[in-house]
Amino acid sequence: MKALLLRDIRLAVRAGGGFGLGLAFFLIVVVLVPFGVGPDSELLAVIAPGILWLGALLSCLLSLDRIFALDWEDGSLDLLATAPLPMEGLVSLKAMAHWLTTGVPLVLASPLFALLLSLPVEGYLPLVISLALGTPALSVIGTFGAALTVGLKRGGLLLSLLVLPLYVPTLIFGAEVARRGAEGLDTGVPLAMLAGITFGAMALLPFASAAVLRVNLR
Amino acid sequence: MASLWEYANPKKFIQTTDRLLPWFSVLAALTLVIGLIWGFFFTPDDFRQGSTVKIIYLHVPSALMAINAWLMMLVASLIWIVRRHHVSALAARAAAPIGAVMTVIALATGAIWGEPMWGTWWAWDPRLTSFLILFLFYLGYIALWAAIENDDTAADLTSVLCLVGSVFALLSRYAVNFWNQGLHQGASLSLDKEKNVADVFYHPLLFCIAGFVLLFIALVFLRTQTEIRARRMRALLARERLG
Amino acid sequence: MELNVTGLSVARGGIPVLEGLDFTLRAGEALILRGPNGVGKTTVLRTVAGLQPPLAGTIGQERDAMAYAGHADGIKTTLTVRENLEFWAAIFGTGGIDAALDAFDLTGLADRAAGGLSAGQKRRLGLARMVVTGRPVWVLDEPTVSLDTGAVALFAAAVRAHLAGGGMALMATHIDLGLTEARVLDVAPFRAKAPAHDDFDGSFL
Repeated sequence: MKALLLRDIRLAVRAGGGFGLGLAFFLIVVVLVPFGVGPDSELLAVIAPGILWLGALLSCLLSLDRIFALDWEDGSLDLLATAPLPMEGLVSLKAMAHWLTTGVPLVLASPLFALLLSLPVEGYLPLVISLALGTPALSVIGTFGAALTVGLKRGGLLLSLLVLPLYVPTLIFGAEVARRGAEGLDTGVPLAMLAGITFGAMALLPFASAAVLRVNLR
Repeated sequence: MASLWEYANPKKFIQTTDRLLPWFSVLAALTLVIGLIWGFFFTPDDFRQGSTVKIIYLHVPSALMAINAWLMMLVASLIWIVRRHHVSALAARAAAPIGAVMTVIALATGAIWGEPMWGTWWAWDPRLTSFLILFLFYLGYIALWAAIENDDTAADLTSVLCLVGSVFALLSRYAVNFWNQGLHQGASLSLDKEKNVADVFYHPLLFCIAGFVLLFIALVFLRTQTEIRARRMRALLARERLG
Repeated sequence: MELNVTGLSVARGGIPVLEGLDFTLRAGEALILRGPNGVGKTTVLRTVAGLQPPLAGTIGQERDAMAYAGHADGIKTTLTVRENLEFWAAIFGTGGIDAALDAFDLTGLADRAAGGLSAGQKRRLGLARMVVTGRPVWVLDEPTVSLDTGAVALFAAAVRAHLAGGGMALMATHIDLGLTEARVLDVAPFRAKAPAHDDFDGSFL
């Protein structure tokens, strides 16, 4: 189990692994926003929580097709499917590796990017907490989408079309936590809902992902 | 007593629906014509909304069918997963574009109704937003069917997507309610509360709803037949290659 | 320990390709599947390995007994040869990889990045993985593609060692491996026949 996780992380950080691309994309989104809406820092402060969440979501989306596509192309996925590792465990580990290489850097970088968008001081902690709690859900849901489209050539666009509607609840509650935090309001309810979605997705979605992966491998 | 599952045989399904289809089509046309004419021309104008209220006869039934079509797809997907009847998977596939069109009709009539009432074509109201999200789910479902060549693989994958999508659609509904309280009026029809549509409007509305349900059934029959025949053709072509 | 396949029918892309396949492999035996391209050898091997369900018939052995090697070797080009093998050893819960490196003459290449290997060397690495799995039934699909004569001999020796240890090997190959003890099964006579024309039932075919 640990070996797969370590291998995926190692592959991500080595040359051509795409580590940091998501982070760079996040940065570009954040840099482009003021060009689009103007440099008014009061306006930026208002939209900062939403933009940061949207940026994190899109950078996450960007790397989803790598979860299974590379292992599919070089045949590793077939070999992993015959390994003594339940498919549910395999997809959970894949999701976790994706989160560690994509989600965690986004969470860690978000305060810096929040600075660029003049997020109010009291908004930093809720932003980081909401991203830390919400990005695992993005990875788990994204893994389901990646498992659905693994056999398809040029499935990237379809993957986005399938995954984005599934991201709606996570985005709503996650951005709500960040927004309420920035306005100094109570974040308890959306935070609890966000946690519910994340843990629910982590507990249940691997079964669906494993089922569709089995279908795609046969 | 013959088992219901006999109709899961494609041949039997086509034979039976061939007999039923004219009846459903005629009934759907009749109820729709009665309901719409009654509703449009023989009901008084609302004291607040004027004649714009009459779009309810398209808006409410299409919105109902937009959701019911997805529910039907969910049931059909479950039947495919559990019992692996091909007709069931093909019926789910056949219903998806109909549901998507119903969603578009509900959104369009809602916009046309909303403009004079709220002074805007579109607002990020929870109901409107939920329907837009539902439309996205339909698009994803249809796109996945279209993207996969192998019919059984496509049926399996779309069934799981329909299941997972249903859970997330429900979640989105609650999330959207939480996110914005909205300006849409309450449900026009509900089982547990007193109905909030007056009787004069209510009776033709029932006709229109019945008409949309019959229309949906007729369309699903027709489209499922088409899907079955298309699948049969692919199977015959494949057999030709077998020699 | 034996692999007992009875009445196996397999489908590719929803179309039956082979039907009524029976064979038995006992410990220490090897079976080579022969047949023209596209007849369904790969499909049979994938079915036996548990990657896809059979249309009909049984494979009288646990999935956990099978080690599968397909057309692709599952090699990560940015990892070294050693890292590639150590990963599979960890996944399959077996110990050292030195024997596998040795058997396929990869010891000298162990610390090279797998991306820099030639096609034949990659293939040897892919086959070395079979040794690492520690599983009794090897299911091999065209194992000798891009191997030179020397490497084929290495492979044959590895298979022989595996059989001597009580293992089994089921493979599809066209070239002569020099495995004289291996039985050969021609699958062409098992080609699926088209069903009767009016048989229009739930399966569409």
